[in-house]
Amino acid sequence: MYGLILRRLGIGVITVLAVSIIIFIGTKILPGDAAQIRLGQNATPENVKAFRERLGLDLPLYQQYLNWLFAFVRGDFGVSLASDVPISSLIADRYLNTVYVSVLTAIIGVPISLALGILAAMFPGSLYDRVLTFISVSLVAAPEFFTATLLVLVFVTFLGWGNAVVVGSAEGKGFFELIVHFALPITTLCFVIASQLIRMSRAAVLNVMSSPYIEMAILKGVPRRRIILRHALLNAIGPIVNVVALNLAYLVTGVVVVEVYFGYPGLATLIVQAVQTRDFVLIQGLGMIFCMTYVILMLIADIAAIASNPRLRHPK
Amino acid sequence: MPKDTETPDVIFEAEDLIISAVRDDGTQLDIVKGVTFSVHKGEVVALIGESGSGKTTISLSALGYAKPGLSFTGGEARLLGRNIAGLSTDALRPARGINVAYLAQSAAATFNPSIRINEQVTEAPVLHGTKSQEEANEKALRLYKALDLPEPETIGERYPHQVSGGQLQRLMAAMALCGDPDLLVLDEPTTALDVTTQIEVLKAFKTVIKDEGAAAIYVTHDLAVVAQIADYIVVLYNGEVKEAGPTDVIINDPQHPYTKRLMAAINPLPDAEGAEIAAPEPTAISVKGVDAGYGRGPDGEPLVMVLKDINVDIEKGKTVGVIGESGCGKSTLARVMAGLLPPHRGELMLDGERLHDRLEDRTSEELRKVQFVYQMADTALNPRQRIKDILGRPLTFYHGIRGSAKTKRVLELLEMVELPPPFADRYPHELSGGQKQRINLARALAAEPEVVLCDEVTSALDTIVASNVIDLLTRLQDETGVSFVFISHDLSTVASFSDEIVVLYAGRVAETGPVAEVLSAPFHPYTRLLMSSVPEPRMGWLEETTESQEQQAGLTAGVELSAKGCPFAPRCPLAIPGTCDVEDPPKRHGDNGHRIECHRTLEELY
Repeated sequence: MYGLILRRLGIGVITVLAVSIIIFIGTKILPGDAAQIRLGQNATPENVKAFRERLGLDLPLYQQYLNWLFAFVRGDFGVSLASDVPISSLIADRYLNTVYVSVLTAIIGVPISLALGILAAMFPGSLYDRVLTFISVSLVAAPEFFTATLLVLVFVTFLGWGNAVVVGSAEGKGFFELIVHFALPITTLCFVIASQLIRMSRAAVLNVMSSPYIEMAILKGVPRRRIILRHALLNAIGPIVNVVALNLAYLVTGVVVVEVYFGYPGLATLIVQAVQTRDFVLIQGLGMIFCMTYVILMLIADIAAIASNPRLRHPK
Repeated sequence: MPKDTETPDVIFEAEDLIISAVRDDGTQLDIVKGVTFSVHKGEVVALIGESGSGKTTISLSALGYAKPGLSFTGGEARLLGRNIAGLSTDALRPARGINVAYLAQSAAATFNPSIRINEQVTEAPVLHGTKSQEEANEKALRLYKALDLPEPETIGERYPHQVSGGQLQRLMAAMALCGDPDLLVLDEPTTALDVTTQIEVLKAFKTVIKDEGAAAIYVTHDLAVVAQIADYIVVLYNGEVKEAGPTDVIINDPQHPYTKRLMAAINPLPDAEGAEIAAPEPTAISVKGVDAGYGRGPDGEPLVMVLKDINVDIEKGKTVGVIGESGCGKSTLARVMAGLLPPHRGELMLDGERLHDRLEDRTSEELRKVQFVYQMADTALNPRQRIKDILGRPLTFYHGIRGSAKTKRVLELLEMVELPPPFADRYPHELSGGQKQRINLARALAAEPEVVLCDEVTSALDTIVASNVIDLLTRLQDETGVSFVFISHDLSTVASFSDEIVVLYAGRVAETGPVAEVLSAPFHPYTRLLMSSVPEPRMGWLEETTESQEQQAGLTAGVELSAKGCPFAPRCPLAIPGTCDVEDPPKRHGDNGHRIECHRTLEELY
């Protein structure tokens, strides 16, 4: 089993390296020169040349890449081209917001969704199952801005609770204050991830429920609750963990619409701005952070799936 | 709970039992049509019939269970005097845990892969409160010992994938018996096992049923097995009882024509003396000195070596039967010939010329000449294609036949496998298992091959259907002159149909030669064990056989390809310590190409 986990780790590192090359080359082949952008109107050929030397842009490409990569590993993300501020401080302001929202959404949304999905698998075809399926299918189809608008309409316009946007800073707030602070984005995101989690956990458990060992458990007179929780769930962990990990990765990287809609600064909006201002250095840094978030989450999912499989945990 | 004093004499009774499938449009199709029989205390009742006879459905009624889509629509199923047909799952739960237990056909699928064995074995009595966990553990330990399981103290700590198939089947018996049920329902519990393993499991079941004093319903299609274990036989056909009576009456003096047909479909081992040895023909395909295995180790050798030093010649228009226990490398040999697994060492010849090892390298002509027929007709046919498309594809691919010529050829192929023309427009799911296997065969023949590799093609079929397929194969061979490589774990089927036999043991050829030579002395000790393990349809056979020397030796299971020496040595009654386990056995040549790999001389093997 440990060999398998080590291999997964190795594959993760290779993936990150491969993505780093793609990101680096991708930002290099974009039109425009970093020095030119940075200097803007003041760009005289001499200025540009001096600046290029300072940034190391006159070096061969592979050397630039290695310099960038080693700097990144040391935690030095470089300096923003657009604002002349270190990338790390640009990210620091926003990454807390993103972490708060995604962690809180995960803490609230994942357990509720899984419970709902597994409950639906316990009573397939029941009224509860059909209503839940209908709602979750509708939610899959509804884009985030629609869900967000609906929530604002109900809670802010009609009920008059709080504001339609996130007002003020999250700094110094406790757990429950944070939930209140980010209530609307968290709720929106819970809806978005819930639909997929409910459907996948229901399907994973139902798939296991049709196997002969479940029929055997029924014929042994095992109560339905124990069949699901002890016999079925153990065998459904692998696929469920994978869906959870994919959704968590989405919470970090794919929430642009929600951040824009509720007007709080997060990492996803930052990368949009970086692209708009052609801030290559910022794009590179954020790209790497997103990639590593994905790789780490998928790695955790893989390890969980390996650990939940007795064939891999206890080889013959 | 002292059940023994309370249990009535009649444990289970089915009376005019009707079980039906209810379709979406509300129409009702009776699967079981008014069946009546009873099971008394300490009695083993066998339900015998082919698939579709309703035997499994009837046996499950003893647990009050109807498979999804089926329901009880008439009559009564009385367990200990109480009608349990149509009760809710909750109402049935106590009975299922305490009074009646179920053993399924495939233990591998019936054990939950994620839960340790002991928890599953002791689950029912602990859950129903008839035993404490400690009492259940003690009972389980006693059963493990009674069932001859290795390391009974610790085997329960393992996960299901960590024990062998035969052991798992016995562990399932322990699971069923742990709650001291009044009635056991056994559904084809030995069908998926090798003959040598089947004997061990049958013996264990029989002893344990007797010791525990439980009554049992034993479902099977195999009369020879039934003769060993049942007191009373109920013969079923199409959901109706055709004949019922004590075992000796049914076996020795069957009355109903259907029972007679079932008896006739059992292939006894052909009498070797009478078989003739045909003149040698040119070889179609030959395997020369092949080693093959899976994976690749650091030294360039396969990680798992499956076949070692295999030499087989398949002559034109002949059938070579390959026989051995599961895991002996039978299917791997077929995969090597088909090009799916390139050999690690050695070479393949087709029509006297070197055949490319890898499927990717083979020419279209080479591909055409070697065709493969799979065991599972269900999964080998594309469910979304009509039969005419399935058969038409190789016609276009190999012969460029299109349009009306193709339609005509498809009908000819259907006729060859004895299916009427309307089948061309059907989908695979509209066909029965035997019909699907015929289509599978027709698809291979569409290429007009020289060699057809048949991998356990009759193993999933009922006795009568299987013997029809064998008849068909024989006829097709006479008509087309094709060669067959017939892979099976069933010695009597192989012997009845092949010209030559290759006996594989742990990836090596133990014995090979014409059927008449292999099935008569001198024998390789493993061939002798195999032959003595084929159940005979007479009472008392099991007891006689298990006392014999061969079986005593065969009980220590575990088939592994050893790096040196003869792999059969640990099980062999004739093994010479210090020789057999150290040196590779020499090839000893007998009459008519008969070859035995053994350290004993041919004279010693008589």
